[in-house]
Amino acid sequence: MEKIKCECGHVNPHGTVLCGSCGRTLTEEATKQTMVDMRYEGSARRSQTYKRTFIDKTWSFFSSVKVGVWLIITTLIVSALGTVFPQEAYIPPGVIPEQFYSDQYGILGELFVFFDFHRLYEQWWYLVLIASIGISLVIASLDRFVPLYRALKTQRIDRHEGFLKRQRLYAKTEASPQDEVTLQTVKTRLQARRYRVTEKDGSLLAEKGRFTRWGPYVNHIGLIIFLLGAMLRFVPGMYVDTGLFIREGETKAVPGTDGQYYIENLDFSVEMYDARVDGEQFATALENQGAIVKQFRTEAVLYERVDERLPGQEVELEKVKEHDIIVNEPLQFDGFSAYQVDYRLDELQRMNFQLESIETGESFGEIEVNLNNPETNYDLGNGYMVELVNYYPDFELEDGVPSTKTSSPNNPAFVFRMVAPDKEAGEISFVAIQQNLDPTGENEYKMTFSGIDTTDVTGLTIRKDRTLWVLGIGGIIFMVGVIQGAYWNHRRLWIVRKDGVVHVAAHTNKNWFGLKREIDGLLENVPWPPLEDKNAPPSEEKSSTSMENTNSRNRNEEG
Amino acid sequence: MAEKKKGRFFMRLAILLMMASAVGYTLYANATKEDRGVLSVGDEAPDFILEDMQGNTVQLSDYEGEKGVFLTFWGTWCDPCKREMPYIENQYNFYKDQGLEVLAVNVGESDFAINQFKKQIKMSFPILVDDSGDVQRAYGISPLPTTILISPEGIILEIIISEMSEEKVKDSVQKILPSA
Repeated sequence: MEKIKCECGHVNPHGTVLCGSCGRTLTEEATKQTMVDMRYEGSARRSQTYKRTFIDKTWSFFSSVKVGVWLIITTLIVSALGTVFPQEAYIPPGVIPEQFYSDQYGILGELFVFFDFHRLYEQWWYLVLIASIGISLVIASLDRFVPLYRALKTQRIDRHEGFLKRQRLYAKTEASPQDEVTLQTVKTRLQARRYRVTEKDGSLLAEKGRFTRWGPYVNHIGLIIFLLGAMLRFVPGMYVDTGLFIREGETKAVPGTDGQYYIENLDFSVEMYDARVDGEQFATALENQGAIVKQFRTEAVLYERVDERLPGQEVELEKVKEHDIIVNEPLQFDGFSAYQVDYRLDELQRMNFQLESIETGESFGEIEVNLNNPETNYDLGNGYMVELVNYYPDFELEDGVPSTKTSSPNNPAFVFRMVAPDKEAGEISFVAIQQNLDPTGENEYKMTFSGIDTTDVTGLTIRKDRTLWVLGIGGIIFMVGVIQGAYWNHRRLWIVRKDGVVHVAAHTNKNWFGLKREIDGLLENVPWPPLEDKNAPPSEEKSSTSMENTNSRNRNEEG
Repeated sequence: MAEKKKGRFFMRLAILLMMASAVGYTLYANATKEDRGVLSVGDEAPDFILEDMQGNTVQLSDYEGEKGVFLTFWGTWCDPCKREMPYIENQYNFYKDQGLEVLAVNVGESDFAINQFKKQIKMSFPILVDDSGDVQRAYGISPLPTTILISPEGIILEIIISEMSEEKVKDSVQKILPSA
């Protein structure tokens, strides 16, 4: 692609509007205008330069701000649609998604599932959408930052007349012998206002706040780091978020630690507010509300595995620490945190039964059945014995046949064989909650329910997030970029003395009103005329509407 | 000038490739997060130590170089397991002296439940109880029954995640017998 050589000798890339050095207009359109478009200093966006290979095409696709904006809008709309109905993770466990959404939300729910919106945020195409925004961010930024940086670096002091007179703030006057003095006066004033002043052949360029132009790019770097942080979650070991239920007295391996750590639940308790203990001021509230939970607490012990060992092998554990886990005070170790999130009270653990004579009610001893790991034989001495023939932890009748729904003891039922000295063959008895069946109707003995032992189960969430610091750094850089771009203005003033004329022109990326006032002050009491604002309203009065227009123009200036 | 263009092309290619691979990795990691850590055919079978019903310890690597191991994970409530056990029992009795070992790993149920099951269905091979769930985790077991065929060299030859017909059990056993 051919280059454009400006009259001043500077060679510009194809697509350049204003010469990077002297500022001459290089396109016919720009020449026709009374004001130049100062976006990216009139430099060529890189993507517009070449359109040849596949790589270049991909590059220029992502370089387009229009594409970027559409990607963001699409992602926004799609993300919003995903929140219309709950995601799959939040529907009741165990239900079939197709069934659930169709029952709850009708035809819309069916569509929701059909398009996989119930798992939206892990869909590959959703991730591709997010990633495309990231790619667009990188490429669009690079394509704009590099030319802008170069243009600002190579800018000439004595810009071309055509560039100057097309600036929004501009004035010219006849040269006079005092010009040199005036120039020095203005220069001193500029320096007092912290402008960086460079001079060449009696012309002058004053500039300040150039760094604010990098704000958007710094901001984008922050965003990209943030996205990388989000991506890190997929790297094994960086992010764990899983649940763990532990019964009292149980010790369980912490998921995600590869069997390195174990947590024992010594005791779980739910403490209620008590007006007598916590103060009479709570009495009324407690009366109105009933019981109010004060604290959920798991007395936990953390253990670490001592040796390497094989799966299934007995582990040797070493106590690391004890900690009472309460809400917001997790047990923390090695980047992991175990939070109190759930509980089950009074889970059936053991049941006691008496072997009794039906006629006299005399007891011949008691047995204790561990509901999670029952024994088969229970010897009561003196020739009395009970055998557990069958056990249904979660009893139900399936087509008239006794069976168990799950392996959890939610509704235990037992078939016992009772052996007594006078009944050596034994009698069969079926015992369930609130039921005691004698299948033959001729039994002389029965099993009587005599006690129950329950245990509490604590529900913990195990979490580890090693990506937080990356997200934090990304966020901080993002904010630095915002502040850098928002709180300063990039202001420039050109004074060019050429061919018996003094040109004064000024440019800012925003806050033109502020620039105008500053320069009016700088040019006070000097023989040069004040700058004219090409966008000023016809009347001298500055109405508020014109100010707003100016502001919105300013904001739009940098893409 | 041409050199500059070339440089730019490679610069763009490099940046695009870098981003594409990052995105590719994320997509891959997302797609495979469910079966991450799961074994595949050709892997070395992870060693483990479990106790059988009599309290004897059984270590998988003890069979290495001696016997092919038919490793099956089962539960007493699992009907397909109930149906295929007799087939496995038959093959075990036929081939146990020719280098076949069957290890039936129960997913951590009570001795009572297992004994009840054994009363209905004959199982003369070792029944191992994985109380801690360690071995199930190591093998990434989720549906039952799941059967892993391990060669005498300790290599996983096949992973069968379904009920097996008698024919299938027979074929499977043939695969893992040490070549005479």
